[in-house]
Amino acid sequence: MSQPFRLPSGGLVDRSRKLPFSFNGKRLEGYAGDTLASALLANGIHLVGRSFKYHRPRGIFTAGVEEPNALVQVGSGAHAEPNLRATEVPLSYGLEAYSQRGWPSLRFDLGAVAQLLAPVLAAGFYYKTFMGPGRRAWPFYEYFIRRAAGLGKAPEAPDPDRYDHRHLHCDVLVIGAGPAGLAAALTAASTGARVAVADQNPLLGGSLLDRAGPWDWLEQLMAQLAKLPDVLLLPQTAVFGHYRQGRFGALQRLENQGARQRLWQIQTQQAILATGASERPLVFSHNDRPGVMLASAARCYVNRYGVQPGRNAVLFTNNDSAYATAFDLMQAGVAVKAIVDLRPGPAAVPVPKEIEVLTSAKAFNAKGRRHVAAVEVETDGLRRRLDCDLLCISGGWSPVLHLFAHSPGQIRYQEALGAWVPKLEQEGLQVAGAASGVFGREACWRQGLEAGAKAVQALGFSSPEKPAFTLPREAAEFSVSVPEISPILPGKKGPRFVDLQNDVTVEDIELALREGYRSIEQVKRYTTLGMGTDQGRTANINGSRVVAEVLARPVSAVGATTFRPPWTPVTLGAVAGQQSETSLAPLRRSPIHSWHEENGAVFMPSGLWWRPHYYRNHGAGLVEAAAFEAQNVRRRVGIADVSTLGKIDIQGEDASEFLNRIYINHWSKLAIGKARYGVMLREDGYVFDDGTTARLAENHYLMTTTTVNAPAVQSHLEFYQQVIWPDLDVKITSVTDHWAVVALAGPNSRSVLGSLFEGLDVGNEALPFLGVMEAELYGVQARIARISFSGERAYEIAVPADYGLALWEALLEVGETFAIGPYGLEAMDYLRIEKGHLVVGADIDGRVSPYDVGLGGMCSQNKDFIGRRSLEKPAFHEQGRLQLAGFMSTDGKTMITAGAQLVAESFKGKPQPSLGRITSRAYSPALGAPIALGLIAGGPEAYEQPVYAVSPITDEQAEVRVTSPCFYDPQGERMKG
Amino acid sequence: MLRIPCPYCGERDQTEFTYGGDARVRRPADTYQAGAREWNDYLYFRDNPAGEHWEYWQHSLGCRQWFTLARDTVSHKVLAGPAANFGGGP
Repeated sequence: MSQPFRLPSGGLVDRSRKLPFSFNGKRLEGYAGDTLASALLANGIHLVGRSFKYHRPRGIFTAGVEEPNALVQVGSGAHAEPNLRATEVPLSYGLEAYSQRGWPSLRFDLGAVAQLLAPVLAAGFYYKTFMGPGRRAWPFYEYFIRRAAGLGKAPEAPDPDRYDHRHLHCDVLVIGAGPAGLAAALTAASTGARVAVADQNPLLGGSLLDRAGPWDWLEQLMAQLAKLPDVLLLPQTAVFGHYRQGRFGALQRLENQGARQRLWQIQTQQAILATGASERPLVFSHNDRPGVMLASAARCYVNRYGVQPGRNAVLFTNNDSAYATAFDLMQAGVAVKAIVDLRPGPAAVPVPKEIEVLTSAKAFNAKGRRHVAAVEVETDGLRRRLDCDLLCISGGWSPVLHLFAHSPGQIRYQEALGAWVPKLEQEGLQVAGAASGVFGREACWRQGLEAGAKAVQALGFSSPEKPAFTLPREAAEFSVSVPEISPILPGKKGPRFVDLQNDVTVEDIELALREGYRSIEQVKRYTTLGMGTDQGRTANINGSRVVAEVLARPVSAVGATTFRPPWTPVTLGAVAGQQSETSLAPLRRSPIHSWHEENGAVFMPSGLWWRPHYYRNHGAGLVEAAAFEAQNVRRRVGIADVSTLGKIDIQGEDASEFLNRIYINHWSKLAIGKARYGVMLREDGYVFDDGTTARLAENHYLMTTTTVNAPAVQSHLEFYQQVIWPDLDVKITSVTDHWAVVALAGPNSRSVLGSLFEGLDVGNEALPFLGVMEAELYGVQARIARISFSGERAYEIAVPADYGLALWEALLEVGETFAIGPYGLEAMDYLRIEKGHLVVGADIDGRVSPYDVGLGGMCSQNKDFIGRRSLEKPAFHEQGRLQLAGFMSTDGKTMITAGAQLVAESFKGKPQPSLGRITSRAYSPALGAPIALGLIAGGPEAYEQPVYAVSPITDEQAEVRVTSPCFYDPQGERMKG
Repeated sequence: MLRIPCPYCGERDQTEFTYGGDARVRRPADTYQAGAREWNDYLYFRDNPAGEHWEYWQHSLGCRQWFTLARDTVSHKVLAGPAANFGGGP
């Protein structure tokens, strides 16, 4: 028979919608509205996993987020998702689920031999045993230990699913949609405040969903919410972190919405935490057998899902709340054999005669192998065996305080609850309902009403209305007060598990204490108590209790471990959202990008920009292609896209003075229509950035910066302009994106330029080296600057960004007769390295002073500038500082590695003192040999010396000769002519 | 996540801003007169208070204004500011 444990009626499942699914390959059936756990229980399946360390059979223990045992892998192949709680996985058509441990099968697990070794596998076993020999021993053992333990398998294929990010701003965020949360939300929203309600369940109602039907209140509730002006309902949304100042992170599970999960960043003025409470277990021997379940979970399965979690139940409790489960089980036809109550007196609720209540009774052992078969009970010195297939346990209720404590909120121990409750309220934050330690539907509801009203009043909204919603009534209110009697029962019949997920027993905690660990934080780390994916939700308080009892201290003195986000696991996919692979960072493309893409460019990142590294059709590989491109510039003419360089427009009466203070060199005397190379330092004297800046008018400059540093330079200029020298009349605007710029370089460049700008005099007189000229191209504004990075006669032509592609194509067209060709960053590097021109980020790496790289002569002696005072530091003038030099491969063949260390002798594995380092390297087409720039102790004094450029990481080495950093045309005749 | 008030744009997420360090540090007005110790203190020495801390922020993904505010480094509460009037220095 299908679903033998399903009740004929009742619950919130839709019996007309059957959903086939499979578990470990076995085909089963459930109903719409089921979770995987309820569907498994409907099919009589309790055994869903093996435990982490001892491979003990484990069953479904809870009905929600607290679940420590029923972790499953859902889906297969690339869609597989490990470590999901079966109690939270909504059943869907064709769902495939697998238990995560158990080999060769879940029923017969060879790993279970670990149970025989339990006496030696106690806390700290791994640390003590697998420590030697040598430092490499642990990784070796770890591989096998991890295989034996294992928490599901990560899928091997890339995740094909999509993830979404969203931001939400609201007036009031209500977390948890139980009685308190609903009362708060309905009240707050009645004023027109923008309210969001997040709950990890697919349905609103919280603990109301655990009580027996009828369910008409649910419809009434939704209708009431729909009438309110501004309520956003976020079902299936777990608020996982509270990050102060009203900031929360939440993860929403999506179905059929294009993305699998959505990460919310919620900013709220007022937050109401109505996160409820979760039930604690009692601790006794073999308390982990399948069929042992929290009483509240059994109640939820029978009422909400119409599933009998067993046929013959025994309840073991220290408080009244479990009686509600007993009554509901009985109503649903489950035989309730007995209620075993730790307390001496009877419960405060009337108990039907059919149910036997044993008071002052202790269940000390659960019997059975793959399923609980009986429980051994001691009462009045007499031992009894109660046969059962369901053992419901309740050790009291703990307010769910994680979000409260994240921010961080203070908590205090309340004896009557045997749990922690919030201590101080934080600004803009209230805790309502069971989360605050208040129990009982009516009391929670009233507290929710108050919290909702208080929240909106703090925001200045008019007086809220009382919600037109009637809370479904409960036959009786069940107290959750617990007695002084310890929930940790003595027992030598077998392991007493405190933390089911991590297999931590009472004995493990006792051992940790014997070995000298005292603080609960140490005990946690030594035993792994509460360190599982469930964060010890069912374990932590009992763990503190064990410590308290052993040390004979109050639990309040033992304390709780720190609560940290996330409250529930968050997938990396959700954190990344759509920012994966090439979208990891925002991508900036030049206006000419499409041409590069269509013409075989291989791109490389430069800051956020993507720039052509080289063009594939120019050679077999990077070096060949780049050498070809560079050669073409040296011999004929080439074009490069330099649109990405930072461009900052600087205007104002004090623009020249401002530049004088920013740059190390002088600007006041620069003629209008001329450009100059400028270098700026940081305040600590190290070189910050460089570039050419042109004077376009008396009070108008256009600064160029390096591509990568453009945002930093902009901020730097703004800081000094706004904060340090607010009296200067200067306006600074980034115009990087406004202009497309093409570098035209090579002996034929002037001919190409002349052909492009027909009728414009671009001769050496009209446009000399470093000259700047306004022009017009096909009716579009253009600017030509005679600037050379390559060392050839060269121009930079700028047009408004939208015309960049047209300019590029026009240059290629008119340049065809002059053998024009594009060149990429690699070729540009070869050309500038031949010239000894420096690049910020490579040669200028934030550790060089202007003196170190041959820029000392540029430093003005008769004005102040940023960093000038620091240049007086004696350290900058010490002998033996690393100085810029050139390097040439001795054999003329071996490429030199960028980043290589310079040493005196050939490297054979023995350490040698470093003489300096290679900062950039090239293949020089002009010299036909590999060359490099770098820094070496003594600089010019080292010229002609042979040294070795060694890169042990890449196992590369080149013998090099130290030279002047300028390899090509030292007089600059080619670029000036 | 901090919420930072911009003097022009109002309160925004921290991710829109760039932190600029301790705003109580003053750049010596005359760098020629600044002694080694004074310059060294200006460059490198910073207090690390638990509590009120005046600091520079720039609304770098917004209006690009630099401003100062006092933040409690323990609670992250903004205690004073934002102020962007640098006429007489911060």
